[in-house]
Amino acid sequence: MSVTMPPQHPVDDTKPTKGKSLTRSAKAKKNLTSPWATAAAIIIAVAWTIPTVALFMTSLIPGDRYRTDAWWTVMADGGLTFQNFNQVLFDSFGDNSTAPPLIEYVFNSIVVTVPSVVFPVVLGLMAAYAFAWIPFKGSSFLFVLIFALQVVPLQLALIPLLRLLGPENLGLAGEFGGVWIAHTIFALPLSVFLLHNFVSHIPREVLEAARVDGASHTQMFFRIIIPLSLPAVASLAIFQFLWVWNDLLVSAVFGSADTYPLTYPISNLAGDYGQYAYLVPPAAFISMIIPLIVFFSLQRYFVRGLLAGSTKG
Amino acid sequence: MLSTEHGAVSSPLRTATDLGTDFWASQGQNLLFGMIAIIAFIAIIAIVMFGADLIKGRTRDKVQLVVLVAPVLVLLGVGLVYPALDTTWLSFNEITNEPDPDTGIFTTTMQFVGLDNYRFAFSDPSTLRTILNTFVWMILVPLMSTGFGLAYAVFIDRAKGEKVLKSLVFMPMAISLVGASVIWGNIMYDYNQVGEQTGMLNALRELVGLDPYNFLRDDPWNTFWLIVILVWIQTGFAMVILSAAIKGVPQEMNEAASLDGASAWQRFWRITVPSIRSTIVVVLTTITIMALKVYDIVRTVTQGRDNTDIVANRMYVLSFVEGREALGAALAVILFVFVIPVVIYNVRSLNKVKEAR
Repeated sequence: MSVTMPPQHPVDDTKPTKGKSLTRSAKAKKNLTSPWATAAAIIIAVAWTIPTVALFMTSLIPGDRYRTDAWWTVMADGGLTFQNFNQVLFDSFGDNSTAPPLIEYVFNSIVVTVPSVVFPVVLGLMAAYAFAWIPFKGSSFLFVLIFALQVVPLQLALIPLLRLLGPENLGLAGEFGGVWIAHTIFALPLSVFLLHNFVSHIPREVLEAARVDGASHTQMFFRIIIPLSLPAVASLAIFQFLWVWNDLLVSAVFGSADTYPLTYPISNLAGDYGQYAYLVPPAAFISMIIPLIVFFSLQRYFVRGLLAGSTKG
Repeated sequence: MLSTEHGAVSSPLRTATDLGTDFWASQGQNLLFGMIAIIAFIAIIAIVMFGADLIKGRTRDKVQLVVLVAPVLVLLGVGLVYPALDTTWLSFNEITNEPDPDTGIFTTTMQFVGLDNYRFAFSDPSTLRTILNTFVWMILVPLMSTGFGLAYAVFIDRAKGEKVLKSLVFMPMAISLVGASVIWGNIMYDYNQVGEQTGMLNALRELVGLDPYNFLRDDPWNTFWLIVILVWIQTGFAMVILSAAIKGVPQEMNEAASLDGASAWQRFWRITVPSIRSTIVVVLTTITIMALKVYDIVRTVTQGRDNTDIVANRMYVLSFVEGREALGAALAVILFVFVIPVVIYNVRSLNKVKEAR
């Protein structure tokens, strides 16, 4: 979900020069950072990191010792093993006579996610350009409406949209097409709003110069808007990627056994404390690998997207 | 080692090489389908846009404007606005599926029942509890996340290794709610009646001499433990946004106050907080909306057992598992009513930003 952000001051990255005698401001700065604050920060950082580490360690507990021995006990006697990852990914996630291996869901997640990122970003950029630079009747009303739609809980749209996509109408429910359309629709308000923020800040002279030269809207879109908005497109795309990859609700409602992404079987088995419960931690860890790679390698763009005015839920 | 788990199954585990051609054929087909969909989508957009460029004269601009905005407006109108109105209408009806007395054929009829579904929602104890729980989520998640995020942002501001410290707390944002639920529900909160405590928190309790505690069964505190999961995720979000705002506060103000003898605590309340007040409000409202809609955590960890259910999960169960769509629709509308103040606030502040330009 998204809300307007007040304009941010530029981030001050300049570092104080080291080694010189302490200036007045350096003295004051020193005064501002207390060892207690640093200690508290480190405690929070550790507390926030432990759960993820614990997940990884628990993934390595062999099945017959899961929930009998804690991971530190198993680690102490050298019993940790990567076998679970192999079993979950390639053998089966759950009962190995019926449950498919997780690798199928990994592929489903990829097939669900990539188009669900491309569609709303492209359509959103087109509309963002129109709302920002082409004056037309009802423009600001429609933009405010789209903006307000960001806050509408998607629960409100699920039942009728499922009927529209269902067998009586489009017949796309339960297929990748239906999941893509649903994800695209739910992403559009944020996409339009975020890209509009960016596109409307392109200098007026750039667009007017092209307009005077007789460029049409199509030409302006391809020659000016697309190249200049790539940074915003990148941050929105990362945002949408993480959102879709981690989504459960849209996939559960509009998908089927053929399309369910990683989150679906994991959520189902997580609440079941039966004999296959030991497969849940490695599966959860596998589902995190790709978003964590995306996150850490593209963190800058992701943060930029957040600061550009929004987040989504 | 795994043979005890699998009992009689003696076949060794399959590995990547055992996946077989069928598997790769069907997965390859899906990937190809996704690629073709993207290429076709971009091709259609390009063809329509350049097609509209061939038009001569004044109509060209108009046609191109329609091409640019129509897809979004149609998709949102058909996929979001109409469904939202339809759901609202459905919430005032009752769906019955009964055999016709003459023919015996099952027919589905919709009957207007006014506020009956809402009356039920607010009088049925378990549904009412669900609504109250949602309210608790809506209050606690934003307050706790913003509180922790703000404290952390202040603590690490200009500290050594700020970037790394930020990444560590921000990282849960990349983890799915399902993944986070597994981490907390199956590992942090795990409780064993007998034997060694394998859950992290209960092991910690034992270490300091406390009795193990069943986090997820103890009503009403179990709702609080579920809320902690979302706070764990959202704190990073609050921290990143607030940290950027704090860096916008002129350093000279802090320095001057410091030289005048103001303590860190005084500077925080008298300088930092007032300077970033609008950002704090934005963070609070954003997280509030998020907290209302999250259903993944409850679905994954407790499935709503032991009075932990929230509206978003109950709505899903009613509509898609139990087939009581009308009541589910009423719950969705209740969820929307909760966010209406935020919608109004947002539109107002958007208009302010527009006027300022």
